[in-house]
Amino acid sequence: MFIVKYIKDVFSGLKSLLVGMRRTGYYFTHHKEIITEQYPDNRDTLVLAERFKGEVVMPHDENNEHRCTGCTACELACPNATLKVVTKFDITPEGKKKKAIDKLVYHLELCTMCNLCIVACPSDAIVMAQTFEHSVFNRADLTKILNKPGSKIMDGVE
Amino acid sequence: MWSLNKISTAIHDWLSATFNPTWTMIFEMVIAGVAVIGLFAVLGLVLVLMERRVAAWMQIRLGPNRVGPFGLMQSMADTLKLLVKEGMTPDGADKFLFNLAPFIAMIVAMLLMAPIAFAKDFQLWDLNIGVLYISAVSSIMVISILMAGWASNNKYSLMGAMRSGAQIVSYELSAGLSILTVVILTGSLNVNDIINAQANGWWIFKGHVPVIISFIIFIIAVTAETNRAPFDLAEAESELTAGFHTEYSGMKFALFFLAEYINVFIVCAIGATLFLGGWMPFHIGSWDAFNHVMDYIPSSVWFFGKTFFLIFVIMWFRWTFPRLRIDQLLNLEWKYLLPISMFNLLLVTAIAILGWHF
Repeated sequence: MFIVKYIKDVFSGLKSLLVGMRRTGYYFTHHKEIITEQYPDNRDTLVLAERFKGEVVMPHDENNEHRCTGCTACELACPNATLKVVTKFDITPEGKKKKAIDKLVYHLELCTMCNLCIVACPSDAIVMAQTFEHSVFNRADLTKILNKPGSKIMDGVE
Repeated sequence: MWSLNKISTAIHDWLSATFNPTWTMIFEMVIAGVAVIGLFAVLGLVLVLMERRVAAWMQIRLGPNRVGPFGLMQSMADTLKLLVKEGMTPDGADKFLFNLAPFIAMIVAMLLMAPIAFAKDFQLWDLNIGVLYISAVSSIMVISILMAGWASNNKYSLMGAMRSGAQIVSYELSAGLSILTVVILTGSLNVNDIINAQANGWWIFKGHVPVIISFIIFIIAVTAETNRAPFDLAEAESELTAGFHTEYSGMKFALFFLAEYINVFIVCAIGATLFLGGWMPFHIGSWDAFNHVMDYIPSSVWFFGKTFFLIFVIMWFRWTFPRLRIDQLLNLEWKYLLPISMFNLLLVTAIAILGWHF
């Protein structure tokens, strides 16, 4: 009947409004739910989510050795040519020539943090870092060389 | 005990003893005007900060906390910014009406302050048709909005003003009908009579379910009348940039902004007066000890406490509900609120005639 539906509509409408108000009322009284960070103040204690992707870095161990073989898989995977692998040839102790990287150039200004290079890397040489304060005064500073000077490939990584 | 009434009586006695009656009246008018403007300024500062804090906590944020301790100076800083901003008038605007509109908005808000009883025996103007005066003057508000929208010579402003006109005109009805329920129960349009009738219990407790229904309708209707979300289609930031005050800047914008908050305060004060007993303390039947403790709280604290509670409820609405479309808005009024409040009025009349209320 029309009038029954009308009254039902009024009550279900009021009920749905009260459900919404209960939720916001809960947030109003429970300040522990606040999710915003007081960023510049809590820089020292800032905890970022593990999945947060800030920039591509190449970890080096204490002997200044990295895991990059210079296979260019990351360069091929990158959708907007952010990474550029410059290779050279090392002479191994046996006198053989071996391909290695001279530099891994990374254009932070082009990077969209899509993670495809990390996925493509067969030897886990590059990872995503959690840094995010990337602003600089000179655009050229955003072009980075990921391998440290004088570094070489770790033993056992092919 | 300290009370606002004693202060006003002392000032009146001193003025009458020092000057002749004409000058006494002129000085008292000036003092009242300055007090109202001062109250506006304080309310503007307090309510803007309160709104931002409430909004932030309801949206799981922290809100302003940088300027001063706990961000208390935030609205002062905003006011300073608005004061030094240039108040521009667009080239194609109707300059006279454009500059007049914000002042009309403020004048309406000031006029509405007159019959409100802020504390026991503390009122600017004790007139015998107080409630009628309030509902009559509050509908002038739409003129300032239409004036601002029309004079801005801007399509968004005009659309916002037209929506606002449709909205205020239709919601006046159910606000008026829900006010009428209390007028019927009291049998008087005088604000003081209505408050005195609630000495043994507020109308919302004494009047059974029909008064609770009319209280809910009143709150919904005044939220719409003050153009606040979820009924803020007159401004509708996401569709009409800012509606009728798109073209305003600086202090002229600040006057509209202030008028909105003053209006919220006034409608909440009216709601507190009609349904929650104005400055009457909260009494429970025959619990004499409890009632005496409640009497020790000053009446102005009761009034402002109730008013700020209602303001909080209206802010709660704003930060919970999504905005209505214009057709939904008019449906709600004409198909739901108006028939329900008419039926409700009939019920209340029956209750009043048969003497079923306490």
